[in-house]
Amino acid sequence: MTIYMDNNATTRVDPAVFEEIRPYFTELYGNPSSMHKFGGQVGVKIREARERVAALLNCSPEEIIFTACGTESDNTAIRSALAAQPDKRHIITTRVEHPAILSLCKYLEKKDGYAVTYVGTDENGRLNMDELRQAIRDDTAIISVMWANNETGNLHPIEDIARLAHERGVLFHTDAVQAVGKVAIDLKKTPIDMLSLSGHKLHAPKGVGALFVRKRIPFRPYLIGGHQEGSRRAGTENTTGIIALGKACDLAREHMAEEDTQVRALRDKLENGLLKAVPDVKLNGDRDNRLPNTSNLSFGYVEGEAILLMMDQLGICASSGSACTSGSLEPSHVLRAMGVPFNFAHGSIRFSLSRFNTEEEVDFVVENLPGIIANLRKLSPFSAEKQAPACTKAFSE
Amino acid sequence: MWEYTDKVKDHFLNPRNVGTIEDADGIGEVGSLACGDALTLYLKVDENEVITDAKFQTFGCASAIASSSALTELIIGRTVAEAENVSNKDIAEYLGGLPRQKMHCSVMGHEALEQAIRNYRGEAPSKAEESHHEGQLICECFGVYDEEILAAIKENNLRTVEDVTNFTKAGGGCGKCVEDIERLLAEARGEVATCETPSAPEFPAQGLTNLQRMHLIEKVIDEEIRPMLQADGGNIQLSDINGTDVFVKLLGMCSNCPSSQLTLQNVIEAKLREKVDPAITVREG
Ligand code: FES
Repeated sequence: MTIYMDNNATTRVDPAVFEEIRPYFTELYGNPSSMHKFGGQVGVKIREARERVAALLNCSPEEIIFTACGTESDNTAIRSALAAQPDKRHIITTRVEHPAILSLCKYLEKKDGYAVTYVGTDENGRLNMDELRQAIRDDTAIISVMWANNETGNLHPIEDIARLAHERGVLFHTDAVQAVGKVAIDLKKTPIDMLSLSGHKLHAPKGVGALFVRKRIPFRPYLIGGHQEGSRRAGTENTTGIIALGKACDLAREHMAEEDTQVRALRDKLENGLLKAVPDVKLNGDRDNRLPNTSNLSFGYVEGEAILLMMDQLGICASSGSACTSGSLEPSHVLRAMGVPFNFAHGSIRFSLSRFNTEEEVDFVVENLPGIIANLRKLSPFSAEKQAPACTKAFSE
Repeated sequence: MWEYTDKVKDHFLNPRNVGTIEDADGIGEVGSLACGDALTLYLKVDENEVITDAKFQTFGCASAIASSSALTELIIGRTVAEAENVSNKDIAEYLGGLPRQKMHCSVMGHEALEQAIRNYRGEAPSKAEESHHEGQLICECFGVYDEEILAAIKENNLRTVEDVTNFTKAGGGCGKCVEDIERLLAEARGEVATCETPSAPEFPAQGLTNLQRMHLIEKVIDEEIRPMLQADGGNIQLSDINGTDVFVKLLGMCSNCPSSQLTLQNVIEAKLREKVDPAITVREG
């Protein structure tokens, strides 16, 4: 049995998406750039996909550029903004971004001498808007803030930030990889200049993404070569990926309400069940303003990888913000930025659900996880009593 | 997900010798909550210097738990002198190998064993436990000193910074110490002959690891601040320490005292600044 609750890492390809692309692997393998009809019919299908993505975001199809992933979209957005405004040397982003933005900004800082301001958060992961406002300078080229945080699910006030950037004449990009398909996005109403999304987070396969670039904003391509994507992203199209993304966006529109009701209800059942059944557990993130599918819980005095492996024995897949699974040894930069105390940060587990999860699965986790935590705590030299009772008291909700 | 051998999985899922020994003859404690892994090892030694029992408690990942379990299996029945020769490599080998990124778990086992034997012999604790350290603190994130790094480089024939991180954790956090690790690697290869001597501490907490600093703060509160407050019918509880921010709760008379803000700054903060670190700020929380 596999209970998959790691949908912020990747999602299952929706069977309807798979059916849609199957012929494009077998009979319909033409190159959409070819002159002949055989390739042309693939080109038509790509046009349809572009329309479907645009419909989900409420923008026009020409504003969509297909890419290989969220990371490519993010990198393209930032580099394009810098290349188009060579005299502007300052970037604003946040301390809780995905590495696709953070590592790039650190690189630009170190190698190319750009100045970067990393805006912080409060202990619930809410952005410090004053800090952001004050960070804007005359030479700020771009502000990039993620729509939803991948670890906590926190939703940032993107509309406000977009307006602020707009008023100050600064380009605004949002990494909406976790938000697309889960929350309503209307690009006609919000002055976002660029937006990144990724197919495999919304039930399309891995290896396809998109970047929305608002008409008439300055744009400089990242990949240079052929004339694909209106010369804005060269390279033969990942046709099956693009067609899949189109279908997935279509389905996302259909399921949006369900994400917000059924998935949310399941998530709440899971979260409340665990908060009740396990002592010394803390919710990370903004209780009232986050994605409907994400729950990030910290279990005091136990380490995340150990919890994950014990859960894996029972077929439960989730993710850990703890050091050991990520290759680095520090707990997640997001939790550290929020000031989550070490004893909790190391034992954090992220559950991220999708419309494919069931109530039975949630019940199974709520039944079995408390025992796992208790067993690991028995092994641990730390405990609530030994660690001055204050440690747990001060941080439980 | 790391690839673990069946033996690691077995010792993680069914750890041997878990627990404490009430009247232990030697106790070794290494690591901390802040570092993400910690191990307490208890030894029972008979009159012939044979380790008759060993028990452990571990906070950490699967390989930390498995390494601790393996360690106890390796030393029970051996004499203290024999146990002394058990190295981190022996622990890793016993488990059929550990992923390279997890070698520091076996090193932690080895360190706990060293501490426990020192404790059994009545010797002063070494390395991380000792606040007046001989060497130079290289990695602040994980409290790793130069001698530890040099020893790991020599014993395990390490060649890259990544290796050093895998074995000692140094460099696995903010990355500030990477250049120093590179220097130590060069030194171990004989490319650099000397290493700078550390300057004399300017304040008591300089050169301490996070854990040692926390302990020092706790100690000053327990031994100096609490008695003062208690004399006035009050009390204090330590809530959290985050870098130089110390969070406390005032209890008893202090909690509703109109001048509690003054107590916080003029008494508690002043004392901690004097005894631990002038950068400390005390807050209620
Ligand atoms: S000081 Fe070594 S990793 Fe931060």
